[in-house]
Amino acid sequence: MEVLFYIFSAIMIFLGLGVIVSRNPVTSAMCLVGSFLGLAALFIQLDAFFIGIIQILVYAGAVMVLFLFIIMLLDLKAEEKKSMNYMAFAGGLILALVFMVQLSAVLSNFKAGDVGFTPQQAELTLEKDLPGLPETANAKLKEDKLPDVHLVGRTLFTQYNYPLQVVGVLLLVSTVGVVILSKRKLT
Amino acid sequence: MVTLNHYLFVSGVLFTLGLTGVMLRRSLIVIFMSLEMMLSAANLSLVAFSRFNLVDGLPNYNGQAFVFFIITVAAAEVAVGLAIIVALFRARQTTNVDDITSMKY
Repeated sequence: MEVLFYIFSAIMIFLGLGVIVSRNPVTSAMCLVGSFLGLAALFIQLDAFFIGIIQILVYAGAVMVLFLFIIMLLDLKAEEKKSMNYMAFAGGLILALVFMVQLSAVLSNFKAGDVGFTPQQAELTLEKDLPGLPETANAKLKEDKLPDVHLVGRTLFTQYNYPLQVVGVLLLVSTVGVVILSKRKLT
Repeated sequence: MVTLNHYLFVSGVLFTLGLTGVMLRRSLIVIFMSLEMMLSAANLSLVAFSRFNLVDGLPNYNGQAFVFFIITVAAAEVAVGLAIIVALFRARQTTNVDDITSMKY
């Protein structure tokens, strides 16, 4: 288990580095797809199966296809080497380094985060059925399995029902907005 | 042993990569991809917090609901942002941020 964490983290970070160093935008997009797949593997290791699958379907699938589609539509070529502003480059690099150092300092003093990874099966301490779950999901909980999608759905449709509907409206508004933005002439 | 701090550190590294990309790259599309990376890094730390904060032996699903909303908003944001980039390319024939300076000063 531990080895998998390091393997997928390394995949994610090295492909993430590939996104920002490659000159060709198509290579950047493909690196980002790989990086997101590594991230989805980390989610699944954290027992967040639903979020992991959504990450693959929405990010690595839909969003990155949209990116590649736009790159090819605009026919973007690899950036040619040209004289860049070295002061701006150094400033950005220094800012990133300072952020990294600060983050390491904070995390090395974060005692509450020094908790080990316990498999959730070992700690399942439910006595009675959770309300709002179907029989099959509760039976799974009794067998110490995690009905992840049922639990996420229960949270979304009870506790976060209103935000969920607002997000639906947001998607509709963005769809209409994209159509308006893409029109050549408004009549 | 893999602890919460490991996940937070990996998430921080991914966020830093995104930040570096936004500041150093000059192509709008790559800047936009780096933004997506930063959003995903935030998602990773939220899911890690949710998993390590067990309630009755179950992960805290409030964090995962939040991640669900972030992913939805990010998808909407990508669609609108790319439409803006296409409109900009139509007007200026470039996606290089060095060439788009009409709002400077």
